[in-house]
Amino acid sequence: MENIVSQLQSISINSYIWLSSILFTIGVMGVLIRRNAIVVFMSIEMMLNSVNLLLAAFSVYHNDPSGQVYVFFIMVVAAAEVAVGLALLVMIYRNTQTIDINFLNKLKW
Amino acid sequence: MEVIITIALTGVAIMMAGAFNKPGFSLWIAIAGLMLAFGFNISLWNCNVHIFNDMIVYDNFAVAFNGLIIISSALVFLLFHSHYSRWEKHLDEISALLVFATTSMMMMTSFGNLVVLFIGIETMSICLYVLAGSRKFELPSNEAALKYFLLGSFASGIMLFGIALIYGASASFDFHGIKEYLLSANNASNNLFNAGLLLLTVGLLFKIAAVPFHFWAPDVYEGSPTVITTFMASVVKIAGVAALYRLYAYHFDTIKPIWANTIMIVSALSIILAVLIALPQKRFKRLMAYSGISHAGFLLMAILAMNQSSAGALFLYAVSYSLATILAFTVLVEIIEVKWDDNFTAFKGMASKNKFLAFALIVSMLSMAGIPPFSGFMAKFSIFSAVAESGYIGLVVMAVVASAISLVYYLKPITMMLTKDDENAVKTNLSAEVIIILLITITFTIVFGIFPGLLTRLL
Repeated sequence: MENIVSQLQSISINSYIWLSSILFTIGVMGVLIRRNAIVVFMSIEMMLNSVNLLLAAFSVYHNDPSGQVYVFFIMVVAAAEVAVGLALLVMIYRNTQTIDINFLNKLKW
Repeated sequence: MEVIITIALTGVAIMMAGAFNKPGFSLWIAIAGLMLAFGFNISLWNCNVHIFNDMIVYDNFAVAFNGLIIISSALVFLLFHSHYSRWEKHLDEISALLVFATTSMMMMTSFGNLVVLFIGIETMSICLYVLAGSRKFELPSNEAALKYFLLGSFASGIMLFGIALIYGASASFDFHGIKEYLLSANNASNNLFNAGLLLLTVGLLFKIAAVPFHFWAPDVYEGSPTVITTFMASVVKIAGVAALYRLYAYHFDTIKPIWANTIMIVSALSIILAVLIALPQKRFKRLMAYSGISHAGFLLMAILAMNQSSAGALFLYAVSYSLATILAFTVLVEIIEVKWDDNFTAFKGMASKNKFLAFALIVSMLSMAGIPPFSGFMAKFSIFSAVAESGYIGLVVMAVVASAISLVYYLKPITMMLTKDDENAVKTNLSAEVIIILLITITFTIVFGIFPGLLTRLL
C-alpha cells in the first residue's frame, strides 16, 4: 500500500488536474451538444466522475483521507440522482414516446 | 441538531402514514412536526452550538433563517393540502418529499463544511426534481421536471468541480482549515483556489436563479404544479440565498476583493434584465418567476454590503419576500381553481365577487414592489441603506430605478382584478386553510412593514 501511494505521488499533481479538466470538459460538451437525454445523463456522470478522480488525486497529494471520503458522498448522490433522472425519463417516454430533449419545447416565453 | 432530526423523522412518519393508508393524517403530522422543530429551533437562540466537528454551526443567523424556512414550509403545506386533497389520492409521497427538502435546507443555512453544503443542496434538489414532475400525466410538468433535472445536475457538477479545486488548493473541506490557508501569506491570490471559488459560486447562483443562470426558472416555474412553484419561489430561493450569505459573509469574508465584483455584476444584471423581461409577460406564473429573479438580485445586494446591518436587512427582505410570494401564489391557486388558467385575463373582474382575495393580491403585489406601509418597503429600504453604507452608490441608484419600473408589472394583475366585468366573475370558495394562510401572511406583511426593527434588530 505504501508502495502504491509513493508511486502515485511520483506523477505530478498537474497531470491529474489536466486529465480531470479534460474529462470534465468532454462531459460539459456532451451536455451542451448531444440531444439524447440518456447520453446527456452519461455526460453528467462523466463530469461527476472527473471530480471524483481529481478529489482522489488531491487526497493522495495532500496525504489527507477526507478527499477520498468525499468521493463516496459524491457517488451516493450521483446514484440517487440517476435513479430520479431515469424515473423521470420513463415517465416522459410513457407520455411522449420519445426521449429526444428537443421535443421538450412547449414551455417558452 | 434536534431541528434536523425532528423534521427528518416527520418525513419518515408521513411516509409511514401513507404506507398504512392513513392519508388524512399527513397534514397534521407535518404541521405538528414542523411546529415542534420550530420550538427546538427557537430554544437554540443565542446558544451558538457547533456540532459534528464544526460541520454544522448553529448560530443566530442559522436559527433565524431556519425559523423562516420552517414557517414558510408550514404555510406551503396548508396550501398544498387544501389544493391537492381535492383531486389527488397519493398525497403522502409528495408531502414527505416537501418535508425532506425542508430538512436539507436546515443544512444549507448552517453548514461549516463543504460536505454539508453539498449534501444539503443535492438532497434539496433531488426532492425538487421529483416534486416538479409530480403531475405525472401532464406534459408541462414532465417537461419542467426534466429541464430542472438536467440543468440542476449540470450545475451541481460544476459546483463539485469547484469544491474539488478548493480542496486541492487548501487541503481541507472544513472552513476553519480553508480560512487558515487563506490567511497565511502569499496564498490569497492562488489561481487554483480562485477558479474553484468561481465554479462554486456558479453552482450556488444557479440554485437561486440569478442572471445569467436564470434561464431554467421561468420554464420550471410555469410547468410545475402551482403549489410546488410556491415552494420553489419562496422557501428554496431563501435557503439558497442564506447559503450564499453564510459562504461569503462568514467563511470567505477575508477575501472580499476577489468575489465582490462578481457578485455585484450578477446582482445588477439580475435586477435590470429580470425587470425588463417581466414587463411584457402575460402569464402570472412567468411574471412571478421573473420577479423572483429580480428579487434574487436584491438579496445578493445584501451579501455585497456585508456590514453590521446587512444580515438583519437580508433577513427582513427574505421574510417579506417569502410572505408576499406565498400570498400571491395562494391567490393564484384559488383563481386557477375556478378558471383553469394563469393568464392575466383570468383575473378580470374577480374583485367584485372576491373582495378578500383582491385585497390579498393588492397587499402582496404592493409589498413586492416596495410600497409603504407593507414590509417590502422597509426591506428594500434597509437593504439599500446597508449597501450604500458600504459604498456601492451606483448599484443602489440602479436598484431604486429598477424597483420603480417593477411597479408597472406588479400593478397589471391588480388592475385586471379591479376591472368591472361581471360576466366573467366567478366566486371562489375559500377553504379554512386558505383563509388561515391569507390572514397570517397579510397580518405579518403589515406588522413587519410598520415595525421592521422586530426583525432587523435580531441579527
